[in-house]
Amino acid sequence: MDLARTEVADGADGAGGAGGAGAVDGTSRDSRGQSAARLGLMVLPVAFFAVFFAYPVAAIVSRGLHGDGGWQPARIWDVATRPDIRHVLWFTTWQALASTALTLLVALPGAYVFARFDFRGKQMLRAVVTVPFVLPTVVVGTAFLALVGRGGLLDELWGVRLDTTVWAILLAHVFFNYAVVVRTVGGLWSQLDPGQEEAARMLGASRLAAWRRVTLPALGPAVAAAALMVFLFTFTSFGVVQILGGPTFSTLEVEIYRQTSEIFDLATAAVLTIVQFVAVGAILAVHAATVRRRETALRLVAPETTARRPRGAGQWTLLAGVLASIAVLLVLPLAVLVQRSLGAPGFGYYRALADDDGGVFLVAPIEAIGNSLEYAFAATAIAVLIGGLAAAALTRRAGRLMRGFDALLMLPLGVSAVTVGFGFLIALDEPPLDLRASWILVPLAQALVGVPFVVRTMLPVLRAVDGRLREAAAVLGASPWRVWREVDLPMVRRALLIAAGFAFAVSLGEFGATVFIARPDNPTLPVAVARLLGRAGDLNYGQAMALSTILMVVCAVALLLLERVRTDRTGEF
Amino acid sequence: MLLSLQGATVRFGGRAVLDAVDLDVAEHEIVCVLGPSGSGKSTLLRTVAGLQPLDAGRVVLDGQDQAAVPAHKRGVGLMFQDHQLFPQRDVGGNVAFGLRMRGTSRSGQAARVGELLELVGLPGARGRAVASLSGGEQQRVALARALAPRPRLLMLDEPLGQLDRSLRERLVVELRGLFGELGTTVLAVTHDQGEAFALADRVVVMRDGRIAQSGTPLEVWQHPADAFVARFLGFDNVVEATVSAAAADTPWGKVPVPEGAAQGPGTLLVRPAGVRLVAPADGLRCTVAARTFRGTHVAVQLQPEGAPGLEAACALRDAPEPGDVVGVEFDADEIVVLGARSARGPEDHAG
Repeated sequence: MDLARTEVADGADGAGGAGGAGAVDGTSRDSRGQSAARLGLMVLPVAFFAVFFAYPVAAIVSRGLHGDGGWQPARIWDVATRPDIRHVLWFTTWQALASTALTLLVALPGAYVFARFDFRGKQMLRAVVTVPFVLPTVVVGTAFLALVGRGGLLDELWGVRLDTTVWAILLAHVFFNYAVVVRTVGGLWSQLDPGQEEAARMLGASRLAAWRRVTLPALGPAVAAAALMVFLFTFTSFGVVQILGGPTFSTLEVEIYRQTSEIFDLATAAVLTIVQFVAVGAILAVHAATVRRRETALRLVAPETTARRPRGAGQWTLLAGVLASIAVLLVLPLAVLVQRSLGAPGFGYYRALADDDGGVFLVAPIEAIGNSLEYAFAATAIAVLIGGLAAAALTRRAGRLMRGFDALLMLPLGVSAVTVGFGFLIALDEPPLDLRASWILVPLAQALVGVPFVVRTMLPVLRAVDGRLREAAAVLGASPWRVWREVDLPMVRRALLIAAGFAFAVSLGEFGATVFIARPDNPTLPVAVARLLGRAGDLNYGQAMALSTILMVVCAVALLLLERVRTDRTGEF
Repeated sequence: MLLSLQGATVRFGGRAVLDAVDLDVAEHEIVCVLGPSGSGKSTLLRTVAGLQPLDAGRVVLDGQDQAAVPAHKRGVGLMFQDHQLFPQRDVGGNVAFGLRMRGTSRSGQAARVGELLELVGLPGARGRAVASLSGGEQQRVALARALAPRPRLLMLDEPLGQLDRSLRERLVVELRGLFGELGTTVLAVTHDQGEAFALADRVVVMRDGRIAQSGTPLEVWQHPADAFVARFLGFDNVVEATVSAAAADTPWGKVPVPEGAAQGPGTLLVRPAGVRLVAPADGLRCTVAARTFRGTHVAVQLQPEGAPGLEAACALRDAPEPGDVVGVEFDADEIVVLGARSARGPEDHAG
């Protein structure tokens, strides 16, 4: 498949000028029928977002700022200056900054090693490094609990416990976001032409000076983009902090959940959600600007050509150090998780999952697996349908309306899952739209979180399909619908599969939104894990480890399958 | 008329890419639109195909206005410049595509595909992957695909543009033979005059979205309508001149013109073959600036003093060396007063 072909390659005939302009300008000047068709494609996604995103957000705003017969925007200030909330805001911000700095410190050498060194098992290791990123936050929290918590590995060996300190949270955040830095920065690094650095050295720059003056400026925007992503993820961290933070540490997300489910102060929760919304919006805006800056012209080459075997003691030491850090920070927690889950003889914890005598649930924990799979399939179907339609509508770049639509679709990615869940909770459980009793509520929330992944995976592929291939089909008598089926679909089939896989993994591990709306008798895997951890006793603890292990295996298998399907760079994730 | 464009106009951001173009194509006619980059010729094809909406004017096929007819119902064929074969289908799947869209039966498709692959000289290529085809083979498959549904009008966008020279020259002859045999009505666009002249019954020269000249290849070649067409055809000896009686006043001095040439101010074309080299004392004094071997002759660039450069064509053995000083005489038979058809008056000036 020749997906990389540019849209207009008129070459010899620069009527290219005319033909090319036709292909581009023509988009904003479609015949009326085409515009109508595109609008038609948008109807369902827009309606979906209006009902399940805009409406809940509006409900949050009104719940938070509207009361006593009028609007009270000053409430934001009142809440934000409360000492306990000030403490939460402060902690949320500084732990995010610290996590970001720590992640960069640990992961940048990793990015360099993956970009420039060639060593045995590199492909395999790259996949291993990516696994944590798709792991449910609950699993990450549990794994670190098994490593540094009460009765954890460090506790057993040296009596060291970190679960009451902020270090557990920071380390878990590094674990989680290592792949973000390696993929974003390392991906670019591996494609930077080493010739540029060589040219600088021929002009008299030392090795260090060449790196500082040539490579670093080229990498800068990618590092900034990765740092912002990590900051965003850790700023809105929920599952990890919920499990590892104990009563002392609480991010905005956790506080919103606490205000909702423990203190039942919905107004305060709503105000906090608005604060979070604004903060996330600001981070996303900065991120968008950084990404645009990243698109400056760089000399890029095929990654295979830039990597070579390490030479000299220094480089071997660096490689060894990176491998060691991966082993300790990424592999060890998961290994300990698996080991703890096997703590009872004869898979005792796993067998206990099938019993419903614990009283933690109305049903046996094992049923959470079935629930999770059912929800994930439904959520995937919804996300692929909505995301697929949206991507099809967005395929042809055109107009302000379309760009607005594009931005709208991305919002749930940045707006935290807790916002979505809280919004569902207060908006969709009362007339006019009462879905409280319906099982579809959970898949809907998970799909909302999954749609941006689907769109971002499919859009680049759809846009890479040569527009004139579609025209060729049209001239041969294919109606617009058949053009899509005969030309677009065969080319995006693979991307569609990957998008579905992402949506599936996302919804399988989704915790922040689900925990608000999952019914007690129908918990999902992450919800069940969190509940088990909330109970005392070795059996509950062991069962949590066992369920987490199951969840980890399912997610890791899904990811590895995706890595096989994925040709090198489909989409942006 | 099978196809008729009436006042067809397309604007991109205020610039008219097609500017009130009128063009008729009769059944079984092969018309070739010739023009440089950006002259609007590809847009012309796209409007006929229904891929580009018109800002003004009409496209009429078989007497029916096509304004409301979408591309896939127009029943015309378009062969794209870079073929646009479907990469995920094999050769047979590509050729059968249009038939499938029309609901032709499986056996009907198979028969027609075999017939067309035979016709374009690729029998047995049905199962081959598109990616394994050479440029020339892709071109043949694209042609077969366009012809398979029997379009009432076949349009070709730079049909041979991406092929190397020898293949192009061979294929253009084959194509003309093929279209004659099938009685296909063809509207092709190209920037290559050789291709246009070899393929077409009628050549239409376009400039900046307008038609600069229309005529048989011989007419256009012998009597370019204006300086633009003449230069586009590769003639560089074009100057402003004033004709009186049997001679014209030019920067090169008095130049003889054919009998009955239009009188008064006009534009003069001197074909290189009409520039004869003589002894320096016997004609216009020129310095030889360069010479280029052209196979059958040598093109000599001459620089007269205080006048525009001249190109002369002469036999290899007579060609002077660069730096030589020569004299130039002009041959009235190779001189054309532009815009005037042979012996008619200036009121017939086109454009």
